[in-house]
Amino acid sequence: MNQRIPVTELTSDFKGRAREALADSQLRSNFRTAMDSLMRKRADAFSDEDEREGLRELGNHIRARSLSNLPDLLEQLETRLTANGIKVHWAETVEEANEIVHGLIEAHDGRQVVKGKSMVSEEMEMNDYLADRDIECLESDMGEYIVQLDNEKPSHIIMPAIHKNARQVSALFNEKLGEHVSEDVDELIQTGRRILRRKFLEADVGVSGVNFAIAETGTLLLVENEGNGRMSTTSPPVHIAVTGIEKVVSNLRDVVPLVSLLTRSALGQPITTYVNLISGPRKPDELDGPEEVHLVLLDNGRTGAFTDAQMRQTLNCIRCGACMNHCPVYTRVGGHTYGEVYPGPIGKIVTPHMVGLDQVPDHPSASSLCGACGEVCPVKIPIPELLQRLRQENVQAPGHEPVSVKGAGSKYSRKERLMWRAWVMLNTRPAFYKLFLWGATRFRALAPKKAGPWTENHSAPVPAARSLHDLARDHLKNSDILGEKS
Amino acid sequence: MSELFYDAAPNATRVAPARETERRYPDKPAEVSLFGTCVVDLFFPEAGLDAIRLLEQQGVRVHFPQQQSCCGQPAWTSGYREEARAVALAQLDLLDDGRPVVVPSGSCAGMFRHHYRELFAEEPDNLRRAEELAERTFELTEFLLKVCKVQLVDRGEKHKIALHTSCTARREMNTHLHARELLAQLDNVERIDHDHESECCGFGGTFSVRMPDISGAMVLDKTTALRESGAAEAISADCGCLMNINGVLEKQQQTFRGRHLASFLWERCGGEQ
Repeated sequence: MNQRIPVTELTSDFKGRAREALADSQLRSNFRTAMDSLMRKRADAFSDEDEREGLRELGNHIRARSLSNLPDLLEQLETRLTANGIKVHWAETVEEANEIVHGLIEAHDGRQVVKGKSMVSEEMEMNDYLADRDIECLESDMGEYIVQLDNEKPSHIIMPAIHKNARQVSALFNEKLGEHVSEDVDELIQTGRRILRRKFLEADVGVSGVNFAIAETGTLLLVENEGNGRMSTTSPPVHIAVTGIEKVVSNLRDVVPLVSLLTRSALGQPITTYVNLISGPRKPDELDGPEEVHLVLLDNGRTGAFTDAQMRQTLNCIRCGACMNHCPVYTRVGGHTYGEVYPGPIGKIVTPHMVGLDQVPDHPSASSLCGACGEVCPVKIPIPELLQRLRQENVQAPGHEPVSVKGAGSKYSRKERLMWRAWVMLNTRPAFYKLFLWGATRFRALAPKKAGPWTENHSAPVPAARSLHDLARDHLKNSDILGEKS
Repeated sequence: MSELFYDAAPNATRVAPARETERRYPDKPAEVSLFGTCVVDLFFPEAGLDAIRLLEQQGVRVHFPQQQSCCGQPAWTSGYREEARAVALAQLDLLDDGRPVVVPSGSCAGMFRHHYRELFAEEPDNLRRAEELAERTFELTEFLLKVCKVQLVDRGEKHKIALHTSCTARREMNTHLHARELLAQLDNVERIDHDHESECCGFGGTFSVRMPDISGAMVLDKTTALRESGAAEAISADCGCLMNINGVLEKQQQTFRGRHLASFLWERCGGEQ
């Protein structure tokens, strides 16, 4: 488990990876089929439009209110969790978070860790960090298990192995597990389940994520469908939960609409098969549960987003993945193309705060701004508006102050700036503009047959023989209705 | 809402438009200004002229301010805020006479209605003017249907069309049902759903040249869906999409094409009513 460069990262830039993904017809068909099905499921789960819109509005308000009280809520969360016997740890960076987790495992002489699904642990690259220290960290979510087995990263935040179909998973199991498994999905799942059952019993430590951390009661809420979350958090003697600082909400009442939004937006489910409410370690009179429970709260750039009123909205995210499922770009290039932990529309707006815009310079541009993501977001994050903002940050000249997004200005180009200045001249001086129209229409036969990347897919656009300026002037002059005098 | 308004095609997302407060429409004005848009100006001028004719047919006097150029959107979506602002200011000055503005494009109308106030957010005087412009800006189909309350009389032969709605019409202007309603008034026109009808055609302004591979994959899927729908032609109320879609069809040497809704309506319902 020590080779760790996923094949998809061999091409270093976004555009190159996109080209490779687009040429992979199997990948394209896997994503299209899966995303179509997920879109249908969500639509069916929200069959009442008014209810859906009311719930989204409520979800947005709850998240915005929670964030506006973030420092207080975090303090309250720590107090209540501590009172419940859950130890709270704070990490500003992923390195700190990994050190904390490693320290806790070491303190119990842990060698085997079993992990429920956690995107924050992906941010931390926890598996690799622990592997380097001779600790096996096994993924127990079926999708995560599959990608881990194949040395890959998740391609979707809810369905990590959605880029593979059953045939590919079967081939992978046959190769890596050395036993013959058919392409039958049930058989594949039973195979994984058999292996994981043993691991749950053997593991020294269980790691999980958190969907919502409830400040008032000091409760960690975790939704899942496979039971692996419950096994990871109850079977091993030590449970370590890792999450981002933005996941805190005030009370249990806040959680009800958010869970409904989450499960319906993600998979079209009214509720997940398991909803775990973790409120402390095993008590003396209880028969099961871990002896110790820890929560690691990770910042990793979230405070940076928090301090900017507009970008703070990125922290509303409840990680449902609906924006990916509805994104025409994600559907075509898949999750690995993004090269980061969080792919798709939400990935484009949360990643810059974590790694810096200069590490993901092409992400803000990789959108037609069609708005499908914003339309389905359960907590109404205006994703297109934030992408637009990042585009502005991306072309800031060097030395621009203040720097509100880490790594801003990575797409600054003097040449492009000059081109836009020329465009301004043309479009703010009517005489220039008309001269341009005159030239373009009069010499239309001379229009270039190649127009950069445009003519890769299109024939070159040929200007009309007469512009609308001309046609409208003549028409309005001749009609009995008076036109403007130019 | 009736079946008419849903994308019934397989795999369509079936999402209704984002809920805005229902827009209130004024009575039909005596005159309007037409903002033609730069793409129509140079590449689809007949669509602009047909829009003028349709408005005149409704008894509305149309002005075409000759000083107009571009709404500023290309720079805005590329992140060049200052440049977009400069061009927007020129249009704001030009369209400052209080006349309703009709735009034959959801995308440019959306720029006036939603993004000018972002561009001028920190300039109180211009912001007030931008908000005032937003109030009297109408996308063409919206204006015909909701303000003119048009009753179209179809004089054409039986015809099947596919409708492509721009994402800005659908999600910014909330007008994606309007073109459907207008087409539904035409007795001899059958609108056929196409696969993934509500999905973007891949244009996205400068996206199409910054990310030609991804944009290309999107538009190839769109043109295939339109061609395979069984429709004789595609109709759209946005020339950005049409330039994208027709450019690909032309390169593929297909005979199938897209046409602006204004031209289609004028062809079938033109003349005295």
